[in-house]
Amino acid sequence: MTSFIMRRIGLAAIILLIVAILLFSMMHLIPGDPTVVALGPRSTPEMREAFREMMGLDQPILKQLALFLGRLAEGNLGEDVWSKRPVLTMIFEVLPYTATLAVASFLWAVTLGILLGCFAVVHHGKWPDWLIGILSVGFVAVPSFVVALYSLLIFAVSLNWLPAIGAGTPGDFISQLKALVLPSFAIGLGWVGYVARLVRAAMIEAMGENYTRTLRSFGVSERRIIFRYALRQALIAVLSVIAIGFGGLLTGSVFAEIVFSRPGLGKMTYDAVMSRNYPLVMGTVLVTSGLYVTCMIIADVVTAWIDPRVRSAL
Amino acid sequence: MTPGPATATPVNPAPVLELADVSISYSGIVPAVVGVDLMVMPGEIVGIIGESGSGKSTLAHSVLGLLPDSAQISGKTLSLNGIDMLGASEQAMRQLRGPAAAMIFQNPMTTFSPMHKLGRQLMDLLWRERGLSNKEKRQKILKALQDVGLPDPAARLEAYPFQLSGGMLQRVAIAAALLMRPSLLVADEPTTALDVTMEAQILHLMHEIRRNAGVSILMISHHLGVIAEICDRVAVMYAGRIVEEGPVDVIFADPRHPYTKALFACEPALIETGATRLPVIGGEVPRPVRIGCGFAGRCPQVLECCCNATPPWVAVGAGNVSHFSRCHRSAP
Ligand SMILES: Nc1ncnc2c1ncn2[C@@H]1O[C@H](COP(=O)(O)OP(=O)(O)OP(=O)(O)O)[C@@H](O)[C@H]1O
Ligand code: SF4
Ligand SMILES: [Mg+2]
Repeated sequence: MTSFIMRRIGLAAIILLIVAILLFSMMHLIPGDPTVVALGPRSTPEMREAFREMMGLDQPILKQLALFLGRLAEGNLGEDVWSKRPVLTMIFEVLPYTATLAVASFLWAVTLGILLGCFAVVHHGKWPDWLIGILSVGFVAVPSFVVALYSLLIFAVSLNWLPAIGAGTPGDFISQLKALVLPSFAIGLGWVGYVARLVRAAMIEAMGENYTRTLRSFGVSERRIIFRYALRQALIAVLSVIAIGFGGLLTGSVFAEIVFSRPGLGKMTYDAVMSRNYPLVMGTVLVTSGLYVTCMIIADVVTAWIDPRVRSAL
Repeated sequence: MTPGPATATPVNPAPVLELADVSISYSGIVPAVVGVDLMVMPGEIVGIIGESGSGKSTLAHSVLGLLPDSAQISGKTLSLNGIDMLGASEQAMRQLRGPAAAMIFQNPMTTFSPMHKLGRQLMDLLWRERGLSNKEKRQKILKALQDVGLPDPAARLEAYPFQLSGGMLQRVAIAAALLMRPSLLVADEPTTALDVTMEAQILHLMHEIRRNAGVSILMISHHLGVIAEICDRVAVMYAGRIVEEGPVDVIFADPRHPYTKALFACEPALIETGATRLPVIGGEVPRPVRIGCGFAGRCPQVLECCCNATPPWVAVGAGNVSHFSRCHRSAP
């Protein structure tokens, strides 16, 4: 198991290295003065000079790359072009907002998705199954921003139950929780449909397996077969898909943070791109990639751990 | 060949399993079993032989009401311990599964969930024993596993199915079935997926069950040797129909149906050597037919009437031996 995890971490490191190299080349591949590419046309000559200095742009390209990677390895992601604050500090300030948003969306997707999927399987072939099938497709098909706008209109504007923008008052848990509901729902709803369909399909497959026939031949109730046996098999399928989806939830946070004016990694990336703030763009992209591969590692490990055949083969 | 306990019973007791004119088709169009009559008496071992696709598993599953939703079943009678299964609700059938009839399946490697420890699964199979504590259930299971000769049973409870061999898993399956104290044990080719050594061990075990447990057994097999060895009566299936039925020694010594004859003629030493597969007879692939004789396309003795009239079920036994054949040639 440890060597399995080590291999995964090694793979993740390689992926991150490639991302870093791509980010580095971006600056040089775009035609024009790299400092203008990185800092934007509005930057002052002093800023460009400082940036040239920091990146060692007068050095040979491979040396520059080595210096760049060396700084990354030290955890130095550079400074914000405008505020001169360390990029890493800025990212760590907003990271908790995005993390809670992603986790909340994930919880919507998993709890509602699994519940609906199970409900459909219990009523397989009857009207609740059909209804859930239609709803699931609907959830997947409706773009998140439509969900976001409508839920804003209904729950924030008309009913005034939940705040429309922001992340809640700092220190006030209830207010933060309320502010989390709509954006996470907007991101998570598409996944609810997806997970529900996945759970249903995997469980119906499990219900056709020989072992469920054995359980049935001993008079074990359908409910127990569904919840104790088929669900276990379905969870493996869901888990591996959802882990990849978790990365998607992070990307989804970009638009949700913009629509709901929430601080976060997504909004920070967006603002950084808009203001041609290269060090900040690079930092947020790298951290997002880091989160992505971390999720993949966790998913791989959990999937391996949940399936005894895979677990013992490691 | 030892006479079965049933022959020793003086009066006619009620049958454990009774099928009359049972037909099963898949998706409404593909007939798999056509007009089957079959009876299993208490303590009796009845064998079913027939080549692949002749409908043996379909018949076996119907006994416990385990057919998939796509299957339609119709007929006069299908009763277990005198309880009608044709009109029974799913709930009523659930109550019968286990105590009335338990089943052993063809492929032991897929009999149990790959994701759960065997102990957990066996405990779940004993769901009826609500009066017992988990510890008592565990004791019961250990005892049953010991009885079927599974080495180191306590460790197996903590194991996952893939950690056991096919032969060991089949023992576990048999132990689980016997824990139900069923009136009828349906064994659908319990040794087909196993190698020869394992097969011999499982057969030996079935022999002991027959001696000790007093259950009736419906034994489905490709293996003529197995049938000859442990069955009292045998039914020969061909294209969804039972074409011949009678005491096992009579059928082997004096087969009357052309299909059975062809079967035995393929390999005279078949019974002694114990071939694992039925020989395949030349001609077209068997397909169940509702009208006429399903064997007509391959039958060396085919008659004019064979294709358009269903052959009658004719008593062909000498004296009061119950021996039947479904053939126009047997008709008086
Ligand atoms: N679930 C199913 N859906 C549709 N057709 C089926 C299904 N199961 C079996 N059949 C068909 O019914 C017929 C009888 O199959 P069955 O499995 O009962 O035969 P069998 O005698 O047990 O064969 P084998 O020796 O290969 O196990 C076959 O033609 C098969 O294709
Ligand atoms: S009924 Fe006709 S075709 Fe069928 S087995 Fe008898 S003789 Fe052959
Ligand atoms: Mg079969």
